[in-house]
Amino acid sequence: MVRKSHIQTTINDEAVEFLCEPRQSLLEVLRDELHLTGAKEGCNNGNCGACSVILDGRLVNSCLVLGVETEGKSVETIEGLAEPDKLHPIQDAFLENAALQCGICTPGFIMSAKALLDNNPNPTEHEIRYWLAGNLCRCTGYDKIVRAVLDAAAAT
Amino acid sequence: MSEKKEYKVIGTRPIRHDGVDKVTGRAIYGADFQITGLLHGRVLRSPHAHARIVSIDTSRAEAHPGVKGVVTAQDLPAAEDKMADLGEGPVNLKYLCDNILASDKALYKGHAIAAVAATNPHIAEEACELIDVEYEVLPPVLEVRQAMEPDAPILHEHLTTSSLGDTEDKPTNIASHLQHKKGDIEKGFADAEVVIERDFVTGTVHQGYIEPHNATAHYNQDGQLTVWCSTQGAFTVREQLAEILQYPVSKIKVVPLEIGGGFGGKINVYIKPVAALLAKKTGKPVKVLMNRADVFEGTGPTPASYITIKIGAKKDGKITAAQTSLAFEAGAYPGSPVGAGAMCVFAPYNIENVLIDGYDVVLNKPKSAPYRAPGATNAAFGTETVVDELAETLNIDPLEIRLMNGAKEGDRRPDGPVYPRIGFIETLEAAKEHPHYTSSNGKKYHGRGIASGFWFNIGLESSVTINVNPDGTVNLVEGSTDIGGTRASIAMQAAEVLGIPAESVNPAVVDTNSIGYTAVTGGSRTTYATGYAAYEAAQDVVKQMKVRAAKLWEVDEDNVQFADGEFSSINGKEEQMSFRDLSGKLSQTGGPVVGRATMDPAGAGGAFATHVVDVEVDVETGKVEILRYTATQDAGKAIHPSYVEGQIQGGVVQGIGWALNEEYIYNDEGEMTNASFLDYRMPTCLDLPMIDTVIVEVPNPGHPYGVRGVGEVPIVPPPAAIANAIYDAIGIRMTELPMSPDRLLKALGKI
Amino acid sequence: MQAYEYIDAKTVSETVALLDEKGDKARLLAGGTDIIVQAREGRRTLDWMIDIKSIPEVNELAYDSDTGLTLGAAVPCYQIYAADAICETYPGLVDATKIIGGTAIQGRAAVGGNLCNASPAADCIPPLIVLNATCIIAGPNGEREISVEDFCTGPGQTVLAKGEMLVSIKIPAPQKNSSSYYLRFIPRNEMDIAVVGAGASVVLDDAKQRIVSARIALGAVAPTPLFAEEASALLAGKEISDAVIDEAAQAAQVIARPISDMRGTAEQRTHLVGVLTRRALNGALQRVRDAA
Repeated sequence: MVRKSHIQTTINDEAVEFLCEPRQSLLEVLRDELHLTGAKEGCNNGNCGACSVILDGRLVNSCLVLGVETEGKSVETIEGLAEPDKLHPIQDAFLENAALQCGICTPGFIMSAKALLDNNPNPTEHEIRYWLAGNLCRCTGYDKIVRAVLDAAAAT
Repeated sequence: MSEKKEYKVIGTRPIRHDGVDKVTGRAIYGADFQITGLLHGRVLRSPHAHARIVSIDTSRAEAHPGVKGVVTAQDLPAAEDKMADLGEGPVNLKYLCDNILASDKALYKGHAIAAVAATNPHIAEEACELIDVEYEVLPPVLEVRQAMEPDAPILHEHLTTSSLGDTEDKPTNIASHLQHKKGDIEKGFADAEVVIERDFVTGTVHQGYIEPHNATAHYNQDGQLTVWCSTQGAFTVREQLAEILQYPVSKIKVVPLEIGGGFGGKINVYIKPVAALLAKKTGKPVKVLMNRADVFEGTGPTPASYITIKIGAKKDGKITAAQTSLAFEAGAYPGSPVGAGAMCVFAPYNIENVLIDGYDVVLNKPKSAPYRAPGATNAAFGTETVVDELAETLNIDPLEIRLMNGAKEGDRRPDGPVYPRIGFIETLEAAKEHPHYTSSNGKKYHGRGIASGFWFNIGLESSVTINVNPDGTVNLVEGSTDIGGTRASIAMQAAEVLGIPAESVNPAVVDTNSIGYTAVTGGSRTTYATGYAAYEAAQDVVKQMKVRAAKLWEVDEDNVQFADGEFSSINGKEEQMSFRDLSGKLSQTGGPVVGRATMDPAGAGGAFATHVVDVEVDVETGKVEILRYTATQDAGKAIHPSYVEGQIQGGVVQGIGWALNEEYIYNDEGEMTNASFLDYRMPTCLDLPMIDTVIVEVPNPGHPYGVRGVGEVPIVPPPAAIANAIYDAIGIRMTELPMSPDRLLKALGKI
Repeated sequence: MQAYEYIDAKTVSETVALLDEKGDKARLLAGGTDIIVQAREGRRTLDWMIDIKSIPEVNELAYDSDTGLTLGAAVPCYQIYAADAICETYPGLVDATKIIGGTAIQGRAAVGGNLCNASPAADCIPPLIVLNATCIIAGPNGEREISVEDFCTGPGQTVLAKGEMLVSIKIPAPQKNSSSYYLRFIPRNEMDIAVVGAGASVVLDDAKQRIVSARIALGAVAPTPLFAEEASALLAGKEISDAVIDEAAQAAQVIARPISDMRGTAEQRTHLVGVLTRRALNGALQRVRDAA
């Protein structure tokens, strides 16, 4: 059995330490070791985006990052988005637009949308669709998700 | 049409009650569940599409460090060859058990063979590779027409065809043959002036929910089994576990966690009994998760089919006869949705003379599972394409020919039922008036298509209780899995009765020990039937609270009335009190008020839809781009219009995927070669335009607010609508799904 | 999933020594979008995962109008399309980096990784070939260079010998009146693997009427990405016309030897080589014309 590594990282602005095997993905570490289950496993090979998180300012699939790679880095997850008494404008826009049905893809979409708006505060519909193409949703047909991101962009 | 009612809550768009949990990542889905001492399970699956299992040796796996238990079919109670009724019709128990863990034969690649529980998921996976299974590989059969051939490889030595009440004695893959007849089919075709007959093929497709199946099970020392999971119906899980494990329902509690999509695919159980067996063997809670390949290879696709459609009409467009043969792939065990397909195939039209034959055929693919209007999309692809060709042949507008023949109240569906008030004609009229349909579409290689669809919807049992809080809010307890916002649509119906805001109702979906029996979230029944139960439970609250008001005011309870959230006395004393104020006086007037209702409503009311789509075909590559899409649908009454629109948009996009790219691709050995989200090509947001919706409201007489189920019918028209649009663009009739680029290139003669 | 050790390598020489010692049971980790999945699904067996992202040379991204581009092997796609100079100079490469996976993949996946993974359908390889890119390889015996079209030897296989690693990719500075273009055919509009990919680069005369030279490369139609040498050569010195582009497209089709799989049929692929070669050439030509 491979020895576990001791990793020090930052998650949602908090210093965090954990032990993990090298083969454990960041997604496994978040969910199984740290009990941050907002990032979801839909495919475990980078094709659905349900596990999207932001690593050092870049959107990544946490299933395609090893936990050990996060040493000294900064991770943003869905759990860190809202303030204690206030949702993030993207979260509000998803609710107002009914942009979720089952909700399993929602954390991934919201993190992806956040990375987009951090990068491009006024995206066109096409830019939104291009950016979000790595996030699969099977319930909504995407219409209301795209509208929610347009609304969130207008609100911020 | 009945008078327009004024509502305060119904028809508004409140924030869904479970919304904040779902946008903050706090909602607990099946795989998110944690419990102390948890072991992790993993299922070993057959690498062969068809094989006899000669032996299974689990000793090396059991010896692997970290492994706590291994199970095979030997650990299941011996299944009798008997029929069990699990709420959605009878199921052969032997087949049900063999699909959980194969006993004598593996019937598809991905068929579960054994399972391991270990201290972490990686060890469980390693141990699966240490299970030695000896197979005698048999030739697979993978296509419905081949499976029906007399010399086809036989899956089940004891399966014979049950045909129109008779059973034959020769082993076959044709599990059953059904038939519906109406009028005189020969006379109908003799009367026709134009007859069009075409063959259609549809591919195997998957529901494609983003959340893989999951289950955590634990046996207490007193024998109480608890299963935490995501499912479309906690009670049907309880029933299936009771049958498969031969265990009393009183000792099983199923706790439904949030569910990440189902579309019909999370009604059947797969790994839930396996988790229970592993929990029993290890004495610890065990969580079993599928990965994406397991989901594609081991769970219900909706079947491929071979369909012939023959329709005859007079020159003026009046249809005189329609005939079909529907051959559906059941997968490894009988039970395709051919029966539902047969109910829907000609349902939108009032046709005098009809003959429908349906065949349920087993072959070496995963056992089929329901998928959003199961069977109806396959059938409509055929019918709606032929109706389009008929319109073209007779030089009639495709909406006009449907208006001319469309079913109305009082018409009889070919399989028997007489329609109550339905809204098919209204969906056609809405499409005809829509700016999309009246806009021009004349560019080269651009085309427009229309198609309609029907789904019958179901009722079934639902239970609701409502507890009144002293501040005038209520807690609503229900048993219906919320897959797409039904907490809101159910709560809103109770709020409307009670005259309180939607936000004053706190809905909770609870476990099987905490609410009366409630059938699955399926058949587009939840907002209809559980909503109906919420309506009745709220009426029960009102009735009880009138008694309290009467007590308070010292009047006869018959003299208390309730309207717009206010109780008042009539005939004498001038008294008035709001629902909220009276809620605060319950403890002084006799204690808590709990309203309750159970329902099994019969008037689900059919749902109809008509879609208009514009496409552009790249004739060099065969690729089809969706340019514009408009869906009209009769919702009866839209409780929460945003979520009705969402259901329509989601169904349309699943239909677009089915039409253009989605399919199981097999090699000669019967292995699915595209069991991933990379190669099973579901639409991404970049493949789509906005999906315009038009909600038509023709109230369903079978519901107090006129609700019809809305979830399923929107998937029915898209493949046919797109096929018709492709024809309009390039003059070629596509008769095989998916209409993928390579098939278009072939049809165009480019390859 | 198999267990393995993780090593955060700091230098090229350390990495080379590790690779030399451990052989093919050691694999390099850059963006991880291929290797992590392959390890997880058992498609590559390994005992050592060597992360190279701390090595300065593999992170280098430098453009000089005289010497061209140095692209470290671990530079992720997004850094390439975020660099204006590269977008202007090597648009064919940028085309590829914008369509590999989705946004989240592009945040990690490296052009060098795409090359070393050596998929026949790799989107980055045809544009690198048409841009005359060279691989800088470090090994136990020092450094060597090899042109990108000679780098892949089969599906998942490269010329890298025991102990060798790709350090960077060099692309020469473009000539006057030149441009490049890459496109692929996929059934969806994103998140798909190329059914066929085609890259083209062209150099025109000052009047932008005549092709001085051209290079065409194809993906997903052979065990490795292909440089379409004859198709490229026959364009040299020709006046631009639909006929000459058709001729090149047909010559490209001749060298395609595709298979049928779940992503497309052989006939479809051969047909698409013609369509995509025309579109790639026309795309590159248009870019030269559009340039000021």
